[in-house]
Amino acid sequence: MAHSNPLLEHRDDEGAKIGMWIFIFTEILLFGGLFLVYAVFRNQYSEDFHTAAFELNAFVGTLNTVILLCSSATVAMSITAVLKKDRKTAMILLGITLVLALVFMVNKYFEWSHKIHEGIYPGSELMADLERGELLFFSLYYFMTGLHALHILIGMTILTVILFKVRNGSVNDDKIVLLENGGLYWHLVDLIWIFLFPLLYLIT
Amino acid sequence: MDDKNKKHITSYQTYGIVLVGLLILTFISVGVTWIELGPLTVTVALLVASVKVFIVLTYFMHLKYDSLFIKLMVAGIFILFAVIIVITFLDYWFR
Amino acid sequence: MAKLDTPALEQSFLNNHGKNPIRAWLFSTDHKRIGILYLLSIGFFFLVGGLLGGLMRIELIAPGETIMDPQTYNGVFTVHGLIMIFLVVIPGLSAVFGNFFLPILIGARDVAFPKLNLLSWWLYIFGAILAISSQFLGSGAPDTGWTFYAPYSTETGSNVVLAVFSAFVLGFSSILTGLNFIVTVHRMRAPGMTWFKMPLFPWSLYATAWIQVLATPIVGVTFLMIVAERLFQIGFFDPSLGGDPLLYQHLFWIYSHPAVYIMILPAMGVVTEIIPTFAKKHIFGYKAIALSSLAIAAVGYFVWGHHMYTAGMSGTARWFFSFLTFIVAVPSAIKVFNWVATMHKGSITVRTPFLYTLAFIFLFMIGGLTGLWLGALATNVHLHDTAFVVAHFHYIIFGGMGFAFFAGLHYWYPKMFGKMYDEKLANVAFVIIFIGFNLLYFPLFIIGMQGMPRRYADYLPEYTGGHFWSTMGAIVLITGALLMIYNLIIRTRKKGTPAEMNPWGGKSLEWTLESPPKEHNFDEIPTITENPYNY
Ligand SMILES: [Cu+2]
Repeated sequence: MAHSNPLLEHRDDEGAKIGMWIFIFTEILLFGGLFLVYAVFRNQYSEDFHTAAFELNAFVGTLNTVILLCSSATVAMSITAVLKKDRKTAMILLGITLVLALVFMVNKYFEWSHKIHEGIYPGSELMADLERGELLFFSLYYFMTGLHALHILIGMTILTVILFKVRNGSVNDDKIVLLENGGLYWHLVDLIWIFLFPLLYLIT
Repeated sequence: MDDKNKKHITSYQTYGIVLVGLLILTFISVGVTWIELGPLTVTVALLVASVKVFIVLTYFMHLKYDSLFIKLMVAGIFILFAVIIVITFLDYWFR
Repeated sequence: MAKLDTPALEQSFLNNHGKNPIRAWLFSTDHKRIGILYLLSIGFFFLVGGLLGGLMRIELIAPGETIMDPQTYNGVFTVHGLIMIFLVVIPGLSAVFGNFFLPILIGARDVAFPKLNLLSWWLYIFGAILAISSQFLGSGAPDTGWTFYAPYSTETGSNVVLAVFSAFVLGFSSILTGLNFIVTVHRMRAPGMTWFKMPLFPWSLYATAWIQVLATPIVGVTFLMIVAERLFQIGFFDPSLGGDPLLYQHLFWIYSHPAVYIMILPAMGVVTEIIPTFAKKHIFGYKAIALSSLAIAAVGYFVWGHHMYTAGMSGTARWFFSFLTFIVAVPSAIKVFNWVATMHKGSITVRTPFLYTLAFIFLFMIGGLTGLWLGALATNVHLHDTAFVVAHFHYIIFGGMGFAFFAGLHYWYPKMFGKMYDEKLANVAFVIIFIGFNLLYFPLFIIGMQGMPRRYADYLPEYTGGHFWSTMGAIVLITGALLMIYNLIIRTRKKGTPAEMNPWGGKSLEWTLESPPKEHNFDEIPTITENPYNY
């Protein structure tokens, strides 16, 4: 089914980039729906949100913010490396990004399991006894960070594929749009976290 | 394809400086929570977050060197989201 | 598909060139083939949805239980809505005619991302399978209505999770189509085709695509929240878990009102292509029509609350939404005026597509004006959740989008398949469909005003007359639809004559191609120098 017609050898990097941005908009609005829910409930139960946020470990939150910011920087730098035809550095930088992402996930795992261990998870007996706003806060906490973690996993998959493509040369200084778009996706994950972090951890 | 040969290369240093800036902002927003600002705490946290997002968009996401059309679209999305929030709150504020 | 018996068909995109036809169709990235895949699948689901609607009408032919118990009725209207909304009218025109004609109309050889295009069809099929299986798997067919209002949707024992997840997948498919079309319009217009030399169907698709991209994610995450609420007891909407059911309605309608424009904008676009062709006159107010599409898309995004007047919203929000609802009627009215003005003093030839177009304008106006009754606060309180609402949105969705779909189908059929259908038979089918449609839905306006609630399997005896005639209308409508399908599929296959390149004397780019077009549309990409409607 592959067209071998040379007329159809259509390549449009700018178009691909616009497409990626539009996809990012859909992701922003996907989380936007959640931020709207957050805003409504916080407006109604700001006291409860305040007390509930004390339960979250701001240190872990800050650590994860630092990790994600660093990983964003390394992805961005890997583009510079590829453009400078420095394939090796690019691969190292992408590798660092993936390791940082993994560390983020490990942190998240411990954070969640700690909370679950304390008995604070959706459907638990303890949750049912909480104030209404606290209950909503933790529901939002699990849903938002859960969906965000899912995006981290997707991003890691994409970046892994790109890493291999950099290695075999199919992503290079001339054909770099895939890496750029993968990078955009990764920055999006970062972007969402930049808002999640203060809203969940810093409103104490 | 017209811009293939004049692709802008951002230096490692620039990214390094941007990263340091973002980290400083992060610590500022954490530090602010120790000061008692009352309801302003959230405002400050969100303001700092917005500045960070702006920086990520401009440098990491390369918007600074992208076409005007892409810039406008991005701005439009954030405006759209703000309008959705405001309109929804026409309900919640005035109940 | 069609038999290849004419020289034009020999080198057309319909020719498989000896490849395995199933693979050559199901995995084709040719926008024309994908358009036809959509046509067949949407046509199939339209018949399924129509059948369910027919069953509901039979149940309602007389008071008391006729053929199904109330719980079954709840299931049937839910599936009817789910199928018709998410599988038929939302992809509808943009996935079928948009895919087939958008690249051709802007002088391109395909959409910007052909593989993504194929992916979105496959996602559509995947979502469709999920939607259908939600009816049979688990604990019974969903009975919430297509709106999945919380907290009922989070508490009912029926299989809501799968149904809601299918809507999520279908939304994803719709987003990918929209994304593809936006980039296509921006990047792939033929040389010389400036924005204001672009035909108006692409304009409407462009506005639609933005709504698809910007509104769908909100309902996507809302549906995920419903899933989380049912599976993990993360309660955002269920009051017993701390949530707010009204918030669900906000989130749901933030998407689902603009979704109405996802259906109707491409319909307006099709009609705008057809009218100048048969009036042999330049479209009146080209720029006004183009920009009003964008205006509808923009304002239509912010009127969602008019579905919630009686739900307990604040007074401020209610007048705001009511006000904006009236505003959004203005660009729609601009279009109607422009269509009528285009026909004024034109040399009109009345052919089948034009008949459907006229019916579209008539029915859309009834639907739109009754929409203003519902958009106004005071009358809404009286008419809310009555059969009046059912009549109103069927006039918009079926009378508007559906008739525009039939218009487009009869207009572009010869181009798509290279054969001409029997026009006399098509006109007969049109008359039957038109009569059946009005007989089916108009009585619902009246009994709705008298107080007949929607979504009820039973009613008081005073509504018997209206329901009886409505069911008669359904029978007439289904007869007409079957006749149309017979004409387009069976009869044309056997007796259809080869279609000319330009059977209606149209001026836009598709009429410069063979019927059916070659695989790559244009041998040479055209250079555009003038407006598409120069008659
Ligand atoms: Cu509406």
